[in-house]
Amino acid sequence: MSFVSSLLNSLPGAAAQGLIWGLMAIGVYITYRILDVADLTVDGSFATGGATAVMLIRAGCNPWLALLCAFAAGMLAGFVTGMFHTRCGIPAILSGILTQLALYSINLRIMTSKANQAVGVDKYPLLVSQRYVRELTLQNPLPLLLILTAALIFALYWFFGTEKGCAIRATGANPNMARAQGINTNANVVFGLMLSNGLVALSGALLAQFQGAADINMGRGAIVIGLAAVIIGEVIFGRLFSNFGLKLLAVSIGAVIYYFVLQIVLQLGLNTNDLKLITALIVALFLAIPYWKDRVFHGKARKEGARNA
Amino acid sequence: MLELKNICKTFNPGTVNAKTALDHLDLTLHDGDFVTVIGGNGAGKSTMLNAIAGSFPVDSGTILIDGSDVTNLPEHKRAAFLGRVFQDPMMGTAPTMQIEENLALAARRGQRRGLRWGITKEERESYQEQLRSLDLGLENRMTTKVGLLSGGQRQALTLLMAALQKPKLLLLDEHTAALDPRTAAKVLALSDRIVQEHHLTTLMITHNMKDAISHGNRLIMMDAGRIVVDVSGEEKQRLTVPDLLAMFSSASGSDEANDKMLLS
Repeated sequence: MSFVSSLLNSLPGAAAQGLIWGLMAIGVYITYRILDVADLTVDGSFATGGATAVMLIRAGCNPWLALLCAFAAGMLAGFVTGMFHTRCGIPAILSGILTQLALYSINLRIMTSKANQAVGVDKYPLLVSQRYVRELTLQNPLPLLLILTAALIFALYWFFGTEKGCAIRATGANPNMARAQGINTNANVVFGLMLSNGLVALSGALLAQFQGAADINMGRGAIVIGLAAVIIGEVIFGRLFSNFGLKLLAVSIGAVIYYFVLQIVLQLGLNTNDLKLITALIVALFLAIPYWKDRVFHGKARKEGARNA
Repeated sequence: MLELKNICKTFNPGTVNAKTALDHLDLTLHDGDFVTVIGGNGAGKSTMLNAIAGSFPVDSGTILIDGSDVTNLPEHKRAAFLGRVFQDPMMGTAPTMQIEENLALAARRGQRRGLRWGITKEERESYQEQLRSLDLGLENRMTTKVGLLSGGQRQALTLLMAALQKPKLLLLDEHTAALDPRTAAKVLALSDRIVQEHHLTTLMITHNMKDAISHGNRLIMMDAGRIVVDVSGEEKQRLTVPDLLAMFSSASGSDEANDKMLLS
């Protein structure tokens, strides 16, 4: 009984965290699925977003403006990765790792050399806070997070339907074809990375406010959580949702499910230290499934072919 | 329409793998020319087309399209002048995008892409009309992902896309080589129709000598990065495959014609 009630108690918090990470996962979706680039910048830019927002709010900045600045800081990080990749010819994955490493120092600079900077909900006007997550008041973060998620999905749905957005999708789908149709693929890769990291930093800015602090390590393993959300969303809703906007929604729901499952296994008594190990293994498993399916299918086809011959 | 002046391209220069692909190549195409290009493997046919398209920079020489110097333009800017169909049917279309989305992308070749919606209702109707003329049933599958189409259907679609925004020059790089003979014949007939309908200046590489003779108004043969045979008009119409083989032998200085050319 106490298990059920404590689980129920933890669900609103899990939902809020899931929604926040869902925005981050949508950023990952843009690079991983649309641009076909595995971008590891996000582990750094997530913390950049949190650090930027917290320091600005502490300095008396309006929290919405701080959110916008975090978005801009993330875009800058994405720009750097894009330049490494398109102008310096460094493979995308390595470009991301380089930026991520550099961001560790930059994030420390932003946080005035402290690994952790608190932003209390009593002292500052935060957009979302953990404290009110179970309260039925206007301060509850869930409605705002739902509206924000819906607004961003709608904005992205619109953008990727425009001529510019179609050009970015073509760049990811077939760069050769894109160039033959007059699309500047390098510029589009850079722009996609900027947009993605802007969203990731925005998500980091929200999480820092939600938990009341920015931490230098808050983005560690973010890419894996993002991928987990993308994959969970695809596995569950892949056949159902073919519309682009719904696909983004599936990613967001995937992140919420991820945090629900996390809460359940934590309530079952799992050691929190093992979380990253388990997350990594689960993501690895889901990434492997399509490959295994393919091999089994081809193996069968080969055998049948031999029988028919 | 197209002028290549003294084009040189060496791959892997300064190494043991150095390969001179284009050797002081000169070629002028007039408006409305339909030129077929033949030659053995490694003669420089594809390199010439890719040099025109800007897939890589050339070592020296000048490339003019319709009078404007494009030698230093990047590939995506030159695309404004060019329609291209590749040998690999996978190359010319975006597989994860719909048929109509691919067409809409091609319709905006050479134009600024802004924040207007990527495809309009009028466009859809016009694409449907044009797809119907291909007679492949694609007009009823406008929102199908191109990845689900066969190689022949994709090449037909790529041809349509190449002509949607009338190019100054159409580059066909062995675009039927990966197809079965029946589909290849269909796509080739479609190429002829599109070239004539839109009055396109065209360069078509082929391994098939018969096709090279029966299509277009001019035929060039390449060897070792140069043009060794250039026939047009009535002289071309009277050509036969044995004539071509003899020309190849005398031009390249070798007694035996390339196996691949004989076989195809």
